[in-house]
Amino acid sequence: MALTMLAVSLLVFLALEVNGESVAVKVLGQFSTGDQRHLWLAQNGYFDPLPLRYGRWLWGFLQGRWGVSTYYHAEVRSLIAPRLAASAVLMAAALAVIVPLALALGVLAGIRQGSPVDRVVSVVAILTTSLPEFASAVFLSAIFVFGLGWAPGVSTLADGFSLRELALPVAVLALSSTGYIARITRASMVEAMASPYVRTARLKGAGPARIVLGHALRNALGAPVTVILLQIPWLLSGVIVVEVFFAYPGFGTLLYVASLNSDIYLIEACSMIGVIAVVSSQLLSDLINAALNPRLATERRAPPRRPVEALAP
Amino acid sequence: MTRAGLFKRPAVAIGVVIVGAWVLVALLAPWIAPFDPLRSLAPLALPGAHAPGGGVLWLGGDLLGRDILSRLLFGARPVLLLSTTATLTAYLVGVSAGLWAGYVGGLLDMGLSFLANVILSFPVLVLYIVVILALGASPLNLVIAVTFASAPSVFRLVRTLTADVRQRDFVAAAVIQGESVPRILFVDILPNAAGPLVVDFCLRLGYTTIMVGVLGFLGLGLPPPAPDWGGMVNEGRALAFAFPHLVVFPCLAISSLVLGLSLLADGLNAAPQTRGGL
Repeated sequence: MALTMLAVSLLVFLALEVNGESVAVKVLGQFSTGDQRHLWLAQNGYFDPLPLRYGRWLWGFLQGRWGVSTYYHAEVRSLIAPRLAASAVLMAAALAVIVPLALALGVLAGIRQGSPVDRVVSVVAILTTSLPEFASAVFLSAIFVFGLGWAPGVSTLADGFSLRELALPVAVLALSSTGYIARITRASMVEAMASPYVRTARLKGAGPARIVLGHALRNALGAPVTVILLQIPWLLSGVIVVEVFFAYPGFGTLLYVASLNSDIYLIEACSMIGVIAVVSSQLLSDLINAALNPRLATERRAPPRRPVEALAP
Repeated sequence: MTRAGLFKRPAVAIGVVIVGAWVLVALLAPWIAPFDPLRSLAPLALPGAHAPGGGVLWLGGDLLGRDILSRLLFGARPVLLLSTTATLTAYLVGVSAGLWAGYVGGLLDMGLSFLANVILSFPVLVLYIVVILALGASPLNLVIAVTFASAPSVFRLVRTLTADVRQRDFVAAAVIQGESVPRILFVDILPNAAGPLVVDFCLRLGYTTIMVGVLGFLGLGLPPPAPDWGGMVNEGRALAFAFPHLVVFPCLAISSLVLGLSLLADGLNAAPQTRGGL
């Protein structure tokens, strides 16, 4: 975990900082002279050996010295905090729609495999997961903004928080993620319904509600919980697209503006924060998984056998 | 299931038709497109408007007056070419590394798995942005970025499949026969892991198409004059609320292509394979 973060930071550093000349161009602008760049590079220690530079960069990052944004001319740290909060609101709202909806649809579809409900859910799920977020954003705004005029086309939250402005971005995110989670839930539910304990419950005379709610559901929810958490990196990518489309003042728009303007320190900080979000969601999913199924903790450690050894009597 | 049986599944059939249609469009673009995709005819013309020199702009004209239909038809070329090439190179890297790591195990496996973990810790889009920014936007760099971002997932899948297949008797037999390691990997193990890989390939091709589109949408895709679907949405975005036709048609194009690929993957997945994997 810590090792992964270290490697990630090295990767970000190598990708964006190794070429000092290009950093200088990005910070000082295209029209800076060679002498200016050279002076800036010397002042900021870019001629030191690479390991030293990396160490200093990492130390600075850990201490919260994330540099100054060249585009906004402001401390990166002070820029990111409010944007992160706005994105967290968007993501929480999206998850609040996605999770109940996906679980409900998946369970309904999985109760009876091949039923009309199952087919409709499966088809709709494939259809919606195939839409890129920017495409569903376009379709939804064509209908609800251009066609019906029900929702505002942009969600800048200029006049403070507004549910109306949040509706379309959340709908787009829900459209792209619900189908996938519903399909996983459905598969898991189908498996649970075919299991011996459900048969036993049925033979015992338990009613359908009791079978589903009391027996199948608890066992079927393990996989979806993991998937929901592992879906967060995808959701994060979706959030970036949706924020850009609706001009929502969040983390994604910040990264977008930074990448269009080669705002190098802002990009570095944004990518590190994105990775922290992903790694913590993975850790959380591991913990929840281990809590749900203690067998996993021991199984995973077993080393795979080598073929020739396996052959030995 | 026989090949004929596979095509009787409606999902596969629809998928094949959609994907096949786009491949045909890409191949025949210069002959079926009504106009030159770069020629300025009638700026912001509505769908069905007449072009000044004769002919009809069936899907309207874009900001610079270029025929949207022709741009869509020509746009199928870079989209298909880029996604396919990028997915193939990702597979080349992922499959080679995954077979090797899954078969040999040990330190090499640990090292490669760690590297895969590191790369997969990035939100996909952030990784693309970092790679594109470090390398610059060009078709080749798009392929490199996609390879870099997708190869780890392919690697993980192949590694798991290999570690499983490796324990079968025919692999042990090949080892005793003294077959070379590359032969064992590519001739004995790979074909037996092919089923899940084909499904994953179709799905991944879809993801890559989406990602190429998203990069275009963010203005980080192919450089401007090229008719790129994501780029067309990006260009028309500012006026989308007044002229939805600028963005709706490119979105329909990319959605239909991805839908075709997902249907194909879904149909292949449901079909019984020679050997069940994942």
